[in-house]
Amino acid sequence: MMIDKSKLAIDIQGVDVHYHGFAALRDTSIQIEHGTFSGVIGMNGAGKSTLFKVVMGLVRPTRGRAIVCERTPRQAQKIGCVAYVPQSEQVDWDFPISVYDVVMMGRYGAQNIFRSPRGDDRARVEGALERVGMAEYRDRQIGELSGGQRKRVFVARALAQGAEILLLDEPFAGVDAKSERALTELLVSFKAEGKTIILSTHELTSLTEYCDHVALVKHTVVAYGPTEEVFTRDLVSHTYDGIVHRVAFAK
Amino acid sequence: MEFFLEPLQYAFMVKAIIVSSAVGAVCALLSCFLILKGWSLLGDAISHAVLPGVVIAYILGIPFGIGALFFALVAVLMIGLVKNHTKIKEDAVMGIVFTTLFAFGLILISRTASAVDLMHVLFGYVLGISDGSALFTIIAALSVAALVLAFRRTLLLYCFDATHAQTIGIPVRFVHYSLLTLLAITITSSLQTVGIILVIAMLITPGATAFLLTKRFGAMLEIAVATSVGSSVSGAYMSYYLDISTGGAIVFVQGLIFLAVFAYTLARPIRERPAKGIASEPKQA
Ligand SMILES: Nc1ncnc2c1ncn2[C@@H]1O[C@H](COP(=O)(O)OP(=O)(O)O)[C@@H](O)[C@H]1O
Ligand SMILES: [Mg+2]
Repeated sequence: MMIDKSKLAIDIQGVDVHYHGFAALRDTSIQIEHGTFSGVIGMNGAGKSTLFKVVMGLVRPTRGRAIVCERTPRQAQKIGCVAYVPQSEQVDWDFPISVYDVVMMGRYGAQNIFRSPRGDDRARVEGALERVGMAEYRDRQIGELSGGQRKRVFVARALAQGAEILLLDEPFAGVDAKSERALTELLVSFKAEGKTIILSTHELTSLTEYCDHVALVKHTVVAYGPTEEVFTRDLVSHTYDGIVHRVAFAK
Repeated sequence: MEFFLEPLQYAFMVKAIIVSSAVGAVCALLSCFLILKGWSLLGDAISHAVLPGVVIAYILGIPFGIGALFFALVAVLMIGLVKNHTKIKEDAVMGIVFTTLFAFGLILISRTASAVDLMHVLFGYVLGISDGSALFTIIAALSVAALVLAFRRTLLLYCFDATHAQTIGIPVRFVHYSLLTLLAITITSSLQTVGIILVIAMLITPGATAFLLTKRFGAMLEIAVATSVGSSVSGAYMSYYLDISTGGAIVFVQGLIFLAVFAYTLARPIRERPAKGIASEPKQA
């Protein structure tokens, strides 16, 4: 994988996204560097998920451009440099597949068209399962897991992809405090290895503990930068229409 | 022994058993994907929509499979077109498209063919299948089965999580229309065995039966094929000895197997049942 980490991980310039005429994002720009941990915050409906979908090429901007690892989103996915854990996975939990099968699906992009697993694929899947602490559950049917464990399985799938950039859309929704902590520790350790983490969340209290950058979203990226500069009472309060309390702001 | 060998003296019985088994196997494979994807109604829609194709092929004197496949694809494209350009829900769109095409077929048939022909199209007549049709059916069934097995992982990922498939660079649109085309070919190839009305049973019951018994997709494919082929063979024997409709017998046996399996799962101790819905937090977590 040829990725120049001195260049931008994500470069979005002047993007508009419309859903049936409704503008979800307007003139949105954000530049994210490799090796950073960015928290994306904003109210429900602010456009956080839409921003992620722009990066993943799942929605087509009506204006502007999105560059991921110096490529179009599609090309970036082809070389496997970006992985995505969607908001609430719209998957059928009764599906007859195991934890191991799901994580192996992370390898499909790198395999031949028959997607028959090879030794390297198995090793990566095992490694990813170990890493998220789900190795002992490998044969469980995916419905037989708690909310936190389900999240970890999808993080393991993203990990098995071997991506440099990880996007997680509200990974803490429906996850208890203990699992949330375990998940953030895991993500912080990915960052320590040079990976780029971008996650959206409503947990404003713990955000400053692990995010070195914050993006404030309100139908556009209102502000993005180092946590201590952006996660301030004024800016956050603007993002949340003045309704914020019990939050440890920078400064 | 005599019981099993006697019908095999007749070429028409041998043909019927082979054709029904091939059709049973391929329908069973697809049924696993359909019930997981929630496409059962779509299978029903396509099977009804092929009627005008069968009648037009009859009028033109061309193989009925060509006409049926053509209208199967017409139905698929029309359903996709209407769904993408209106706010009408997919089940309603399918209802409109397939009933309209089926009605068109009925109109054509009432002007051209006999009541017996109509019965055969609607309910199948595998005992009277011609050599050419038998060959067409077997080749079609085996080709589809081979493709489904070769690409089962991609198809399963598409059914399970199409968004993920898209984000790792899999051409999901192509996969979508490929699966639909395989479905259309399967339905077309099953027509002479079970007919338009009962094809849908072949495309649901084996997968549903298997789903009750396993949490493994590989095992689900195997169980579905085994019960389906078993039903096909026993249905053919039943129709020989009891002088009843072959298609009816096959589908009836499939339904009985499903009921037996369902009863078995109810009788099983609760802790052995496959998890249903959101599982409660496991203690070890
Ligand atoms: N598929 C869609 N069709 C129409 N409107 C949508 C769709 N997805 C999102 N929206 C709208 O776009 C806006 C932004 O949504 P989203 O990006 O999901 O916000 P967030 O993730 O911040 O809650 C919302 O007002 C939402 O209603
Ligand atoms: Mg969202």
